Amino acid sequence: MTVPALSTSGLDKNFGSLVVAKSIEIALPRGVRYALIGPNGAGKTTLINLMTGMLRPDAGRIILGDEDITALGPEERVRRGLVRTFQINSLFPHLNPLEAVTLAICERERIARTWWRPTSDYRAAVDEAYSVLEQLMLGPVCTRETRELAYGQQRLLEIALALATKPKVLLLDEPAAGVPREESAELFTAITNLSQDITVLFIEHDMELVFRLASRIIVMVGGRILLEGTPDEISADPRVREVYLGGAHA
Amino acid sequence: MAVTSPGIAGAHQYLDAQVRWRTIEIVFWLATLLPFVVTPDYLVLASQIAVTALFALSLDLILGYAGIVSLGHAAFFGFGAYTAGLISKWGWGEPLTGLVISGFAAGLLGYLMSFIISRFRHLALIMITLGFGLLLLEAANSASGLTGGADGLQGVKMWPLLGMFKFDLYGRTAYWYALIVLFLLFLVSRRLINSPFGLSLRGIRENAVRMRAIGAESRSHIRKIYTISAIIAGVAGAILTQTTETVSLGVLDFQRSADILVILILGGAGRLYGGLIGAIIYMIARDWFSGVNPQYWYFPIGVLLIGVVLFLPNGVLGGLAQIVNSERGQRWAGWLTSPLPWRSRP
Repeated sequence: MTVPALSTSGLDKNFGSLVVAKSIEIALPRGVRYALIGPNGAGKTTLINLMTGMLRPDAGRIILGDEDITALGPEERVRRGLVRTFQINSLFPHLNPLEAVTLAICERERIARTWWRPTSDYRAAVDEAYSVLEQLMLGPVCTRETRELAYGQQRLLEIALALATKPKVLLLDEPAAGVPREESAELFTAITNLSQDITVLFIEHDMELVFRLASRIIVMVGGRILLEGTPDEISADPRVREVYLGGAHA
Repeated sequence: MAVTSPGIAGAHQYLDAQVRWRTIEIVFWLATLLPFVVTPDYLVLASQIAVTALFALSLDLILGYAGIVSLGHAAFFGFGAYTAGLISKWGWGEPLTGLVISGFAAGLLGYLMSFIISRFRHLALIMITLGFGLLLLEAANSASGLTGGADGLQGVKMWPLLGMFKFDLYGRTAYWYALIVLFLLFLVSRRLINSPFGLSLRGIRENAVRMRAIGAESRSHIRKIYTISAIIAGVAGAILTQTTETVSLGVLDFQRSADILVILILGGAGRLYGGLIGAIIYMIARDWFSGVNPQYWYFPIGVLLIGVVLFLPNGVLGGLAQIVNSERGQRWAGWLTSPLPWRSRP
């Protein structure tokens, strides 16, 4: 059996008496598209924070490939290929997309330590930045300040920044959150077109998107994993209907 | 609004244009020579403006670019000033080596300090830098055997610059000296902010959380820029010592840290020229107001500051940039700010 791209074992996290993660066991095989669903407060974003090192688990281990990364800080995890995006845009408002993505690439290549040569001298990095932006349909607006972009474009830039770090595992926290229907098509296309080498785990409330993009689905409730399976198994399961599909989102 | 794609060539062109010199920059630096002919009686003031501008530039690198707040930047200015004074007092009055040693000493202090600075942000930084500045002031005050304490450091005597130019009473040599050092360190800073490192600094300012999430080496970047900034502040302090041949506790004063912050905000932080313009406006206004009314000269300064913050939230340069970037501004003054066809390659 091949080693999963990312796995967790016995992951626990409490905020005081509130259990936000309990015995989380996940194994994501390489290249799969996983959706993480569950009602609000189920601990989905907390799980992403634990996996990316933004939060420290109380117990348990996180393994990326064959390396235990539990003790590593967020930066080191990114350098090893575990990258996330944010549910609420976390961008560089006064940089334009070209600068922002070039910045991410320069950091990845350690060019960012150079302070004597102009950025424009690093043509390969700029070329790569532009091709990432083009892949996400941001080419035409690459020299406009981020804060001036349409919301949907900012969501795309979230993904562009993550892609610029050359992730092995990409965690998307509600990539389509707040995007109007008219703008969401581009976003779906972008996610569908992500390289098959990248393992993707995404949190999403839009069931249409979940069933369209995910090859497998994990359902979380109250900090625990309720169930994992194919979209068909999940939609047929009565427990899921009860806690989720039949609940707030009916 | 229809947008035409800049394309990959446009992307390169955009970044390339950032590095290019603009007509207005050349006009500015030529104008710094004007005091020699127009106001030769004010060269002492001009040299103090150049020193202040250099100090403001050092603060701009950390505050304007990396978003690292400091209320104690006078620590490095003062450390450089005292180092330069002591070197001279102990018998080595050669200005250029004294300048280098002082910059190095301040840089070392900045480097040590940067390990603390790089761990904090915002409010915590204000407290830490404020406390550090006060500590250094008190240390200098109590070590009166070394620093002369409240009486100031006596016996600073500078040799002629390059063995030829004596520091005269009219500030002629002083202004040349301060202006050339300012220009050289400005060139270094300009180069720095247009580099990938400079881009990362802006990233830290814009969103430190995201920087972690793209795997950036933010802490090492902060340590580096803080050290560079301390060197420049130390050099500025050293020039002040060398051109005035005295050092007083005022170089470490909280007032100096506060003033330089005000100067930078007045001119416009994060624009490289902001500190320079701020220093010119502030120093001339102070000189003029204190001449008009020696007792209440801080009153009009206060009015000036409130006015600038109210009407030009991004400083004088921010306001000017807004005018020039408007459609009409582009028509009339666009040639001043558009990139020149050639590129500097030092």
